[in-house]
Amino acid sequence: MNSSAKKTISLIALIVGIAAMAVALYLDFTGSQNAYRGGILIVGAVLVLFGIYYYPTKKHRKIINFIFLFPLVFAFGVTVLVPFICGIFYSLTDWDGVKMTQFVGLGNYIKMFQSKDYLYSFVITFIFTVINMISVNIVAFALALLCTSRVKGRNFYRAAFFVPNLIGGIVLGYVWQFIFNKVFTSVIAGSVSMLTDPNQALAAILIVSTWQYAGYIMMIYVTGLQGVPKDVLEASSVDGANAWTTLRRIKMPMIANTFTVCIFLTLVNSFKQYDLNLALTNGAPSRILAGKAVQSTELLALNIVNTAISKNQYALGQTKAVVFFIILAIVSLTQVSISKKKEVEM
Amino acid sequence: MKAQKMRTRAAEVVAILLTLVMLSPFFLVIINAAKKSADIVISPVSLPSEWSQLFTNFSNVINNQSFNYWNSFFSSLLITVVSLALLTVFSSMAAWVLVRNKTKWSSFIFMIFVSAMVIPFQVVMLPLLSTFKNLSSFLGISMLQSYKGVIFAYLGFGGSMSVFILHGFIKGIPYELEEAAWIDGCSPEKTFFKVVFPLLKPIQVTVLILNGIWIWNDYLLPSLMLGLNGKIKTLPVAVSSFVGSYVKQWDLILSAAFLAMVPVIILFIFAQKQIMQGMVEGAIK
Repeated sequence: MNSSAKKTISLIALIVGIAAMAVALYLDFTGSQNAYRGGILIVGAVLVLFGIYYYPTKKHRKIINFIFLFPLVFAFGVTVLVPFICGIFYSLTDWDGVKMTQFVGLGNYIKMFQSKDYLYSFVITFIFTVINMISVNIVAFALALLCTSRVKGRNFYRAAFFVPNLIGGIVLGYVWQFIFNKVFTSVIAGSVSMLTDPNQALAAILIVSTWQYAGYIMMIYVTGLQGVPKDVLEASSVDGANAWTTLRRIKMPMIANTFTVCIFLTLVNSFKQYDLNLALTNGAPSRILAGKAVQSTELLALNIVNTAISKNQYALGQTKAVVFFIILAIVSLTQVSISKKKEVEM
Repeated sequence: MKAQKMRTRAAEVVAILLTLVMLSPFFLVIINAAKKSADIVISPVSLPSEWSQLFTNFSNVINNQSFNYWNSFFSSLLITVVSLALLTVFSSMAAWVLVRNKTKWSSFIFMIFVSAMVIPFQVVMLPLLSTFKNLSSFLGISMLQSYKGVIFAYLGFGGSMSVFILHGFIKGIPYELEEAAWIDGCSPEKTFFKVVFPLLKPIQVTVLILNGIWIWNDYLLPSLMLGLNGKIKTLPVAVSSFVGSYVKQWDLILSAAFLAMVPVIILFIFAQKQIMQGMVEGAIK
């Protein structure tokens, strides 16, 4: 097709598209409840994009760049960037999920740090994160050593240890609730379920979370351990190093990077734990703290959702979420700076 | 050498025992899904007296109003497949432009994508809900309780990590290939789809697996955007809403859990290697 015909088609598409979008937006702004207005808008937008694409010009490459970026950047902007910025703004207001009437400055932040249930959540999340990070990494590393030894059927074991990680925390949470409440109490006759004691319930979440996550981290360690060059290991065995020395002096230093990756990955994921928490305990049992009942196993992520959705305090929930984000950002920045430093050393 | 052999034997025994421990929750689910509620109370660890009870329980659960297995399964499947298809195509396109078009804008957009990987869902979810609610009533495009909205959200949330992973891979593809196509008179979009896109297959598998496992198992986003008792439910949401209405009926709950786990486990049996490799590669990057 020659370029003038192309030009005509693309101009028609552009004009019709812009007109359709204008009509749709006019309907929107006049408050019409026309059921087709959404469809008209989308068709209009697609026509405009097509018109831009089809227009014959020397700057075709630039247009393609724009069109290729557009869908993802648009979705990202609407679902992540805009809500993120709004969210930070809302945390400074008395937003109730629908509208805001006034600015309260740092009022929400002050209120948040004065509320006992939040501080409690904060502390147990911190404890949970640290212990979970340690236990997952120890178990995972041990499993990785086992799965890189001379054991027959290594691939089968790897797959078996990995499986829990494929199933969502919600389903596994309910399954483990059954195990704690029915199986353990029946195997150890007369015992009380761990989920009824505040401290033991937290330990229960730790057990399940380690069980679920260790197989995944194990695979990262396995990849690291397989990357240790064979000749180095041979040299050490010729020099008469035993298995323990080889592990301490050669394998572990050589996979230092893998340790960094795994430690930060488990830190971030433990900190964000939500699904298991919700399905396994949903914050229960409650515990008396300074004369007030608080949910004893309500980790931060759950606390945020409960504050906003169940208690309908949107601005406060949003404020907690912003602090949640800041902590995660600090952790990630630390990881980046550590990895950068290591790169320089290497 | 004998000591070494002994040690390997011991390691094998440990490995077998550990596997039994790690997989025991799944055995418990199966044996108890095949019991009547009363039998579970008597003993949750014994084998079921009649395995046929398994199918009785399954059919009870599958046809249950709040679980509605096939509907939830196909909703989950639809959301996952469409989100993955769009994510893979759109993020490959975006990543390619960001690598090949070396301008300030490209590096700026890429930097935003990378930093956004830190943003947890919790910090965006509340404003997102209200944005979607406003958009729905203003534009007349329903974003809440609809497939469109959820898929659109997954496109936005999965985008940043996908672009990051693809970006690293595309940097390693020699530019000469594209130049050759360009000289032969290939338009840029054709160059991308005919030359570059097929080369991305290995890394796209990684992107698909990472996002696929996440979207399939995700709970918070669909539970907020679709509602626990809405028309559309994903499998995790359906399980949760089922547990909510059948508290302590463990025979049915475990049957539901079993049915919810089966699809992923079947997939894992067939694509074990790719899944494990994909998830590990994604983590290291």
